[in-house]
Amino acid sequence: MTDLSKSPMPVLSATGLMKSFGGVKAVNDASIEVAQGSITGLIGPNGAGKTTLFNLLSNFIEPDQGRVLFDGEPIERLRPYQIAQRGMTRTFQVARVLSRLSVMDNMLLAAQQQTGEKFWSTWFLPGRIAQEERDARDRALEILESVGLAAKANDYAGALSGGQRKLLEISRALMTRPKLILLDEPAAGVNPTLIKQICEYITYWNRQGLTFLVIEHNMDVIMSICDRVWVLAEGKNLAEGTPTEIQTNSQVLEAYLGK
Amino acid sequence: MFNYLFSFDTGIIGYLVFLITSVALYGLFSLGLNLQWGYTGLINFGHVAFMTVGAYSTTLLSLAGVPLLVAVPIGAMLAALLGLLMGFSTLRLREDYLAIVTIGVSELVRLIALNEGWLTKGAFGVQSFPLPLENFRPTVATRIGMVAVITAIFGLALWKLGRRFFHQIRGAKNWQKRIVAIGSGLLVLLGVRLWLVSAIALYNFRSSPAANGLLFVSLITVAIVFWALERLVKSPWGRVLKAIREDEEVAKALGKNVFAYKLQSLMLGGFIAGIAGAFFAWQLSTVYPTNFEPLVTFQAWIIMILGGAGNNAGTLLGAGIYWAYTALTRDLERLPIAADQVGALRIMVIGLILMVLMIWRPQGVLGNKDELTLGK
Ligand SMILES: Nc1ncnc2c1ncn2[C@@H]1O[C@H](COP(=O)(O)OP(=O)(O)OP(=O)(O)O)[C@@H](O)[C@H]1O
Ligand SMILES: [Mg+2]
Repeated sequence: MTDLSKSPMPVLSATGLMKSFGGVKAVNDASIEVAQGSITGLIGPNGAGKTTLFNLLSNFIEPDQGRVLFDGEPIERLRPYQIAQRGMTRTFQVARVLSRLSVMDNMLLAAQQQTGEKFWSTWFLPGRIAQEERDARDRALEILESVGLAAKANDYAGALSGGQRKLLEISRALMTRPKLILLDEPAAGVNPTLIKQICEYITYWNRQGLTFLVIEHNMDVIMSICDRVWVLAEGKNLAEGTPTEIQTNSQVLEAYLGK
Repeated sequence: MFNYLFSFDTGIIGYLVFLITSVALYGLFSLGLNLQWGYTGLINFGHVAFMTVGAYSTTLLSLAGVPLLVAVPIGAMLAALLGLLMGFSTLRLREDYLAIVTIGVSELVRLIALNEGWLTKGAFGVQSFPLPLENFRPTVATRIGMVAVITAIFGLALWKLGRRFFHQIRGAKNWQKRIVAIGSGLLVLLGVRLWLVSAIALYNFRSSPAANGLLFVSLITVAIVFWALERLVKSPWGRVLKAIREDEEVAKALGKNVFAYKLQSLMLGGFIAGIAGAFFAWQLSTVYPTNFEPLVTFQAWIIMILGGAGNNAGTLLGAGIYWAYTALTRDLERLPIAADQVGALRIMVIGLILMVLMIWRPQGVLGNKDELTLGK
């Protein structure tokens, strides 16, 4: 939640983003700013361009135009994996788990700067790799425990239920030790109790210093966890403000409810 | 057919040595493909190209006086280089491009071998090149040492296989248990038989130094490569490959340089197939461009799918099954039909076997059944 001690410097700021698919202008001159240490919401009607905006920020899709600054540096020329390595991890709207890997392996994969991921190290640094694996495993178990997935650690990730996949996806993103996490509808298809839990986790990790940018259709979630909310409609910025401001903004109500 | 199982006639032993060497060499070849497809999900329909490069490089270099221990790694590295070229041109594109380009490149490589006679001797073929250990005349002590080495290899392989089957038996239905138990029992007996044959052949090394030497070297090579691959696929490096196979977008989102890993997988698989190419050439003892038809690639696919893609032990077992099948259907040649019809018939039957396998056990003989029930 809003905390005056947090610096207002934006960890992420994007301006003038454009992307069209054929004739459809999915994102049409959109901007967004995420303050360091905040939980920032991104809302808008279906097809507003929210997911596309995430894809542009993480460069999974190259923008036709626009600038993206992460931690003060331009990142629009970086490959998606480089952006992730710099500390910005995105999740997917439809949870994507690595089915034929165990839940634990899904988590371990996410650890960054692993010595064992280099071909030659496998042969020359086995001790160091084993140590890193043990540390990563401990951390992974800790995170899995906090979301109630520890008992599933050795199951195939493909055997998880929809909601559990969502949790794994978020946990896996946390495992990368990011500065900023982009969550695409973390509460979609999740039961109400679990939604509350997810909200609690997000605020918990936020207090640990993580910044979030969250797309969500569930207004209760947005209202209860976000410091600021950005509204997108038809690829354009519609409004920006605190949750209460957004809730009473007539333009926003119009976009959602029709005229 | 019973001769294969019980006879110790020199002719039979010679044929079995040929079969064991074939299993080792095709196993090696298919392990390379398994790394690319089974672990990384790369569709390589031109695997034979790597073998061609390995075979020609090794034989031509050794004819020019380069020692075999140097020629083989160079051949394998050239094969890996081919993988680098194929990867660089296609791996950034959609995955079907790799499939198309690999088919094309494998035919291209074969046509180069056919037409660039100044380098490859063209249709005339590369002849009378040096073979490993062909001039080796080991003492009794050395021969016993060689027998000990292959005993260790066979012992380890049978033990691992036995343990795997034991795991499969647990939790299976009763009739399945019986099938697996009988199957694995027969397999172990067959393994003992093949070990015995190999031991006799190596002890009587002089009976046929080139063939027995090849047997020894190929078994050691496949054992080392298998061990190295197992270690790699169980390492964090291998975990990234498997993640790419499952969903490369996830791997990217988690900070993995997918392109670099695909390239490494393609190159290492090519490297291994390049080594297999040297063995292929040595076993043939004359290398013609027609030895490298696309059919060879599909043999590797059959072997890998039979045993279970994404499973190194399964791939080796697949090579064993494939060659057992080839040996058993050899008798078909006595039927009063033309030779090419027999060839067609054999391929038809193996197609049928694959179809039955896909229905009954789609994950392959050693594959993991649980994996099939998983959602994406
Ligand atoms: N790869 C694509 N190719 C063509 N059109 C696309 C593509 N991705 C998105 N679009 C279009 O762009 C528009 C914005 O889609 P986007 O997925 O960003 O919406 P969204 O705001 O995330 O919606 P939702 O809330 O339903 O998830 C839609 O009209 C969609 O059809
Ligand atoms: Mg969306």
